[in-house]
Amino acid sequence: MALRQCAIYGKGGIGKSTTTQNLVSALAELGNKVMIVGCDPKADSTRLILHAKAQTTIMSLAAEAGSVEDLELEDVLKVGYGGIKCVESGGPEPGVGCAGRGVITAINFLEEEGAYDDELDFVFYDVLGDVVCGGFAMPIRENKAQEIYIVCSGEMMAMYAANNIAKGIVKYANSGSVRLAGLICNSRETAREDELISALAAKIGTTMIHFVPRDNVVQRAEIRRMTVIEYEPQAKQADEYRQLAMKIRDNKNFIIPTPITMDELEELMMEFGIIDQEDESIIGVTAAAEATA
Amino acid sequence: MAALTKEETEALIQEVLEVYPEQARKDRAKHLAVNDQSLEKSNKCITSNRKSQPGVMTIRGCAYAGSKGVVWGPIKDMIHISHGPVGCGQYSRAGRRNYYVGTTGINTFGTMNFTSDFQEKDIVFGGDKKLAKIMTEIEELFPLNKGISIQSECPIGLIGDDIEAVAKKANKEINKPVVPVRCEGFRGVSQSLGHHIANDAIRDWVLENRDGDESFATTPYDVAVIGDYNIGGDAWASRTLLEEMGLRVVAQWSGDGTIAEMEKTPKVKLNLIHCYRSMNYIARHMEEKYKIPWIEYNFFGPTKIAESLRKIAALFDETIQAGAEKVIAKYQAEYDAVIAKYKPRLQGKRVMLYVGGLRPRHVIGAYEDLGMEVVGTGYEFGHNDDYDRTIKEMGNATLIYDDVTGYEFEEFVKKVQPDLIGSGIKEKYIFQKMGIPFRQMHSWDYSGPYHGYDGFAIFARDMDMTLNNPCWKQVKAPWKTAESSDVAVAASA
Repeated sequence: MALRQCAIYGKGGIGKSTTTQNLVSALAELGNKVMIVGCDPKADSTRLILHAKAQTTIMSLAAEAGSVEDLELEDVLKVGYGGIKCVESGGPEPGVGCAGRGVITAINFLEEEGAYDDELDFVFYDVLGDVVCGGFAMPIRENKAQEIYIVCSGEMMAMYAANNIAKGIVKYANSGSVRLAGLICNSRETAREDELISALAAKIGTTMIHFVPRDNVVQRAEIRRMTVIEYEPQAKQADEYRQLAMKIRDNKNFIIPTPITMDELEELMMEFGIIDQEDESIIGVTAAAEATA
Repeated sequence: MAALTKEETEALIQEVLEVYPEQARKDRAKHLAVNDQSLEKSNKCITSNRKSQPGVMTIRGCAYAGSKGVVWGPIKDMIHISHGPVGCGQYSRAGRRNYYVGTTGINTFGTMNFTSDFQEKDIVFGGDKKLAKIMTEIEELFPLNKGISIQSECPIGLIGDDIEAVAKKANKEINKPVVPVRCEGFRGVSQSLGHHIANDAIRDWVLENRDGDESFATTPYDVAVIGDYNIGGDAWASRTLLEEMGLRVVAQWSGDGTIAEMEKTPKVKLNLIHCYRSMNYIARHMEEKYKIPWIEYNFFGPTKIAESLRKIAALFDETIQAGAEKVIAKYQAEYDAVIAKYKPRLQGKRVMLYVGGLRPRHVIGAYEDLGMEVVGTGYEFGHNDDYDRTIKEMGNATLIYDDVTGYEFEEFVKKVQPDLIGSGIKEKYIFQKMGIPFRQMHSWDYSGPYHGYDGFAIFARDMDMTLNNPCWKQVKAPWKTAESSDVAVAASA
């Protein structure tokens, strides 16, 4: 099987890293060889696989050694649960330097060092919440990830973000081979959430590939720095991740998205009662002003 | 070749513009003009200080070049850190010929390159810590430095390093001025914004240092020379004249200058501005804040020198006015002899210029003193106030070109056929290969000084030895002319 490279995007805090690690564990359980590339200075994309606080990152090792050219692949690549290979690009603490350049440097390093070997079936890039600059678009540029999954939920801001990410994909899809492969709904238990995300997916031109229900076992596993697959393989939630893994394994639905306008998105949310019909008369009116009115 | 008429010059501009695509033609048309001395304001005829068109081989520099290369670099007792990757500092090192007195590496640092030599990790993790460390090392290795400036290269602005915070901290630690300059190369359309940014940094981090400190004993004759970069010793040749007329030159900005001189400048009575383009900002600031008047002067060629000396003297008492006359008289025999020797050899020769800050207009008088005529001139990075000052200096119907493109300059030269071109290193070899005598008017072609009476003698000699060099007769291949090919055939027979 040819190597499939997938990138996971989505609003910050939506559960990208947790979903990715559980899904990747399920893929490994199915016998796939997988690598995770964390593209976030926080470096929390591999901790559940490695049972570690945070993996030592490519950029921090490079800073120590002098330059990235001084590193060897084995210095940065760790193997965890199910033979999953893990790397973290790393980057600066908030407020200094350029995290985007860290992602670019790290991915170039992995390519040059032959991290993408023939043995691998999947590479997953777990990317920081917002594609704030070119660096965070690195995983979806030419010859990198060709499938993008967006993690979202039925909350308003998560859907905004999903639609915005779809806009970003269009830019790179038109100039390369990157495609949107589906929305993963990581449930926040909002009303009619699965229908809503399915409807959003349909409008963007893709599908909701799986609805991952909310389950406290995820939390319990995470406290132990483990995925559900490893911590409690017989849990119902583990089966959900297995289903997600199988759907992704069998997915052939790769499309150039058709992001919708703000108005369309708001209409959709009104239809599902997430937001109310806009009342122009309340815009810019403070609580105090309302009270005196 | 006879001078072009107004109509001919206009037609020439149209002909040259012809090859451009429509958009570029429209844009470039605004930067090319036929001089008309009757105009008071240049904006009637020329646009300047705009972004260059892609693909036209502009020779402009960047904001870093304007700050580090021009304004700050010559301050000899400070260490100027080229903050960012190594190239900007290394390839601009010691290239500008701003002479200074001192022991390099001990108490002066003008021709050295200090850089933070950015690597990937510095981009990713930020360069502030490295910068702080560099300053500590500088203080240990070069304890006689009198201060440090941080010249930002592009990445500093991109990754948002807080060099001001690092500078403030270092200033407390080493107890010397530490000046952060935000002169990232991508800012602005040319080096000109870099001059402005550098001036602002002097305003914010240097000029106030001695406010309220009256310990410096002033005299009524204190002046500062501003905007002389001492190329080949220019400022020295200027300073003598001012001192001989009775003035006290307290500060030289920035050729052979020191940070102490800069700090003392708010105490002077008058600021004398040579390069208006790169230093007018700080002169205006000192006028506003310290009520120090400023005037422009021109020390190229005896006519302009005498004019300037009298103009400066008029702002002082009779002693100084008499001093100016004495200086002019003292050197008269010398410059008359220079003119007597070279004018016959240079009379009637036509010059085209294309230079930087002040020279496109300031050197015209020196050429005219030698009987030569400037028939075309232009600024790399001038603004309209520069062109305002140029209109009256140039003859009617002469060519004026702003941010001239490689193509335009070559075509103008082919048509105007000047006897001499004065421009920079990037133009030099093109025109020499075309068989046209050429002088570098940025660096004085490894010669100089050209300022003052001493400089005029060297200027005249240099123009003569270039223009009348027998090599120009040998430039054409002998087989290219029918006559010489006959000779060749005869010789081989």
